[in-house]
Amino acid sequence: MLARWISLLGLTFILIAPVARAQLSIEITGAGVQRTPIAIVPFAGEAALEPRLSAIVRADLERSGQFRGLELPPLVPHPTESSPVNYAEWRSRLADALVLGSVATRPDGRFEVRFRLFDVVKQEPLGGVAYTLSRDQVRATAHRIADFVYEKLTGERGVFSTRIAYVVKRGDRYELQIADADGAGAETALASFEPIISPAWSPDGRRLAYVSFENKKPVVYVHSLLDGKRHVAANFRGSNSAPAWSPDGARLAVSLSREGGSQIFLMSPDGSGVRRLTHSSAIDTEPRFSPDGKMLYFTSDRGGSPQIYRMPVAGGGEPQRVTFEGSYNVSPRISPDGNTLAYVTRNAGRFQVALLDLSNRQLQIITDSDRDESPSFAPNGRMILLATVIGGRGVLSAVSADGRIKQRLSTTAGDVREPAWGPFIE
Amino acid sequence: MRATLTISLITALCSVVLAACTTAPTDEQAAAGVEDRGAAGLGKPGARSGPIERKPIASVDLTQSRKDPLAALKDPGNILSQRSIYYDFDAFDVKEEYRGIVEAHAKYLRENPQARMLIQGNTDERGSREYNVGLGQRRSEGVKKMMVLLGARDDQIESVSLGEEKPLAEGSTEEAWSKNRRSEILYSGEY
Repeated sequence: MLARWISLLGLTFILIAPVARAQLSIEITGAGVQRTPIAIVPFAGEAALEPRLSAIVRADLERSGQFRGLELPPLVPHPTESSPVNYAEWRSRLADALVLGSVATRPDGRFEVRFRLFDVVKQEPLGGVAYTLSRDQVRATAHRIADFVYEKLTGERGVFSTRIAYVVKRGDRYELQIADADGAGAETALASFEPIISPAWSPDGRRLAYVSFENKKPVVYVHSLLDGKRHVAANFRGSNSAPAWSPDGARLAVSLSREGGSQIFLMSPDGSGVRRLTHSSAIDTEPRFSPDGKMLYFTSDRGGSPQIYRMPVAGGGEPQRVTFEGSYNVSPRISPDGNTLAYVTRNAGRFQVALLDLSNRQLQIITDSDRDESPSFAPNGRMILLATVIGGRGVLSAVSADGRIKQRLSTTAGDVREPAWGPFIE
Repeated sequence: MRATLTISLITALCSVVLAACTTAPTDEQAAAGVEDRGAAGLGKPGARSGPIERKPIASVDLTQSRKDPLAALKDPGNILSQRSIYYDFDAFDVKEEYRGIVEAHAKYLRENPQARMLIQGNTDERGSREYNVGLGQRRSEGVKKMMVLLGARDDQIESVSLGEEKPLAEGSTEEAWSKNRRSEILYSGEY
């Protein structure tokens, strides 16, 4: 059994230089129809660390809408990952799955967390992991544990360890922040007195491209989160906006007005090798690469109203119109599997996020708010993060792809907008 | 002319409210002309001052342009101080009522070949931020095209967009939106 333990000595983390700021608070509404009941027993010895590991693991799993954490009485003796498991007893507590674990202090002052997951119905262990961590890695470690449990029980990768980027506007101050997917641990990557929009993660999660108005006009920057270094990627005459990374990270698609109008160009993230891709007298903007990197989805009003089109990145041929219902369809985002298109549609003055199944053309509105913007798929495609306005305040909302589960991320300290869900971190 | 007017206004004010007038004019020549003001300022009780009969000189100031080349552009009495062009919803054409402004600025660019201008197009808050950058760009380029047709050089003007990011009026009402759908003209030194 010990052979199943994988020991990871020291987790790797993305470090972001500046200071932490006001946290986002999370509120969950709705839940999946079938939630797996899971018993996550507080890890023996976890009181040595703050916050409690088992509490974060449970919160992560519940937030997915696919799990329900069971309330447990005090257990005597307190079981750990190495205790024998009485499956019948856990079955009588209505648990389908069980997580047991422990925390030990190491001689070097760091900690070791061990846990094991059990399938109570099939009465078999599903494996476990040991992590070595320091005090400031509790959240990241708990998210790894939740990812492990989620993947074992659903067969899909979890996104609890991923990060989100968004912009907070507070008075005349704009902050580009990075937080855990649950909104915790927010850090400010860039603070400015001018607007920041359209953050886009590089596929390796180390850089963000975004649009900053610090020069009284939109300019595209590429910002390295590891060291805070940033460089201008596109600052041509006119407006420079809407950056999107190619899946291999080698190219950016941007919307530039340097040749008149707003047209889509491809370029290297260092600003070299600029090549025009669209040729219209319309507004062509909001480019997004398909996951295979071959197609580019974008917003264009070439047909008289803004609609979503797609064209081969290699060029050639007329762009093909993708959306037909409604007179205002913008902000295309393609799901990680390439099968679903999320976008913002205007319906009787309401702006809502729609999902279009590209194979059968089935269309579904997944929100009940009316000022939705900037949808962003979780890297496993299960949730869509978006910006909306509730009670006059800009908030983020994460909605499951079936529209059933909704989480709201907000801060009392300002308006939150422009979310971008980061990639899986290897 | 303005400087002259200001001086005569100060003179008149000082004549009326003698004791209260403690602010010395910045222009020494003007101060010297008001002989008995110093005495009044020292607080001699009972000092009287009759109205100054001498009419102010109409001064010609050729240094003004060196002091502030943008003076004409800021003079509220000059059409060049008008820098905003407002639009109807989903519209990009310069409405008749704003043509005079665009023509005046085009003329200024024509007559001042060294002048450089930034036109920022703006939209209201509705819809996609990035598509709104495109809409604002369409507005600012419309103004630029008109100015170029009126004789301004293409390289004097940069048209850009701020999308919905820099509203003049906060709020989600048609009143606020109509104030935010605008192009703004800025001259080099103002941005």
